Amino acid sequence: MRDPFREGLASGWKHVDASELAADRTFDADVVIVGSGAGGGVTAEILAAAGLTVIIVEEGPLRTSSDFKMRESEAYPDLYQESAARKTADKAINILQGRCVGGSTTVNWTSSFRTPPATLHWWQATHGLKNLSVEAMAPWFAAMEQRLHVGLWPLPPNENNAVLARGAAKLGIPVAVIPRNVKMCWNLGYCGLGCPTNAKQSMLLTTIPAALTRGAILISRLRAEKLEFSGNKAVALTATALKQDGLHASGVKVSLRARHFVLAGGAINSPALLMRSKSADPHGLLGKHTFLHPTLISSGLFDKPVRAFAGAPQSVYSDHFLEQAAVDGSLGFKLEVPPLHPVLFSTTLQGWGEAHARLMREFANSQTILALVRDGFHPESRGGQVRLRDDGSPVLDYPLNDTFWEAARRALLAMAEIQFAAGARWVTPVHEAAVGYNNWSEAKQGIANLPLAPLRCRVVSAHVMGGCAMADTPERGVVSDEGLHFQIENLSIHDGSLFPTSIGANPQLSIYGLVARNASLLAAALAGKPRPAIL
Amino acid sequence: MTTRREFLKTGVGGALLLNIAACTSPPAEDRRAVVLAALIPVFLDGALPAGGEARSELITRTIAGVDKAISGLSLATQKEIGELFDLLSFAPTRMIAAGIWSSWPDASPEAIGKFLESWRHSRFDLLKSGYAALHDLIFGAWYARPDTWAAIDYPGPPKVE
Repeated sequence: MRDPFREGLASGWKHVDASELAADRTFDADVVIVGSGAGGGVTAEILAAAGLTVIIVEEGPLRTSSDFKMRESEAYPDLYQESAARKTADKAINILQGRCVGGSTTVNWTSSFRTPPATLHWWQATHGLKNLSVEAMAPWFAAMEQRLHVGLWPLPPNENNAVLARGAAKLGIPVAVIPRNVKMCWNLGYCGLGCPTNAKQSMLLTTIPAALTRGAILISRLRAEKLEFSGNKAVALTATALKQDGLHASGVKVSLRARHFVLAGGAINSPALLMRSKSADPHGLLGKHTFLHPTLISSGLFDKPVRAFAGAPQSVYSDHFLEQAAVDGSLGFKLEVPPLHPVLFSTTLQGWGEAHARLMREFANSQTILALVRDGFHPESRGGQVRLRDDGSPVLDYPLNDTFWEAARRALLAMAEIQFAAGARWVTPVHEAAVGYNNWSEAKQGIANLPLAPLRCRVVSAHVMGGCAMADTPERGVVSDEGLHFQIENLSIHDGSLFPTSIGANPQLSIYGLVARNASLLAAALAGKPRPAIL
Repeated sequence: MTTRREFLKTGVGGALLLNIAACTSPPAEDRRAVVLAALIPVFLDGALPAGGEARSELITRTIAGVDKAISGLSLATQKEIGELFDLLSFAPTRMIAAGIWSSWPDASPEAIGKFLESWRHSRFDLLKSGYAALHDLIFGAWYARPDTWAAIDYPGPPKVE
């Protein structure tokens, strides 16, 4: 198996592993980009192509296809924020986010949806983002779909996804095929642990190599600590080199100077960097309204093997329950399935002792559905708030209120009904008090009476959005629709923290498309060239 | 937002107990191993072999797996996990917060099971999250190991050449 990234390094790409630096260093560039995920990668490619000098700063390690052994024991500590155990402040929501070169795009499950029209319409109507119409955004999404080889998954779904399709069809609930950013995919099912065959068109394989080929510098294991400001300009970024363990500071400091800074560390870390830097925040909006698509889980047992660990992890979805009410009405949810691997499944599943062991013995016959709740539209769905711990590290407060739990109950009911319709012999919500049900009528009654509360009902998230929201005026947001900070003139935000609500779909393509637009505008401005046409 | 420490100061043990708990020897990892050696057979009942040398060897390996998992968590979370095991190690807080009246090696599986259920369904979020941390650490350490996969019909990752 070829490893194109290692081949690139051998050909002279500039990569610095900050854990190997022996002394403090200073770097200069036209643009310093913090973060190498969906936002950072796309920005790096576009700016480098415009002839600008670019440095990409990544807190996580550089790992490439030869390192991806499809083992949870290695992938979670290596590739994820906080070993895939990042949690909200009250520990009620577990958050999956990447932390490696390529960010979450290295470990995501490849689902690639354009920002739904309902979401763009809402932003136009409610957040003053008049420029972000469906028509104006379409060419940017199309360009990134082409760049990242996004296409409808052409093979039959694996059984895990087929259950969702089959159960929904029996109930008259429409489903559709998921577009994925893969090329020559082997249909293995281990996308979440890093793609070992270089099929996934993540930033690790596409935009970052393109930027490095044009001379960009990638610095890994370097934690962005603070921006220094002079008046309304950022002048330098101070950063801390990490040891090989990725946790402790090595003692080496790195200072990065640039004409322009782009933050793309994700919707928890980008606001946190600005908070540590005490950046201007005259309207108290920084780190506020952070959204998660808080996700409920329903697990079912089938007579025949499901083998949810094998095959493209996500290939079927349903938006039926997003369309039952107005976008700001009672919360809707998107249905998808997750791949199951032993650590992910055993730690998510409730219970202990023989009860847990019994369910694990049926691991291969287990099928699981996810309901991703669309947060941030309903007046009572206001999201969470990033704050800093004493040591400067970020933590997200995300209260789960009655408006959410009302949707959660509908979601648990809908998922159980679909699983029984598809032939499940037993279904349980992932909930500490749920004992499981043998048929739909038992489930209907049981779930109706289930006490829904944090740390009782399991809630997870893989989509962090908001905290540096776009708006038309500084009173309503942190940045403009071009991602330009309202108070700091040479600072842009290019990641999921831009979104003023959740997306209502897996967000990677929303980030790619919006950032492709904004990085193109930024490249023109910095290179002194005419702005590209935007509708 | 009540932190674990604030909660303990006001809710269960009092500041004095907590400070003593944090200052008692032996080293934190050894104290943690004693607690885990008692908890692991209860969490993993039905997955661990019933007896013999293999059982104790597997418990030891699982403790090592938990240690490794903790070492990969953020430093802030490692500190919280440290406080959790301090609480469970120190006899007065072990009795008050966990209801375990004997030392961990002498605690019966029934007493430990009762403790797990009391935290799992506690009205205090802090105890619920303590249970969840133990649950995730122990099951994560167990099912991360390829030797546990045959029992759950998981073939392991495919070969990629």
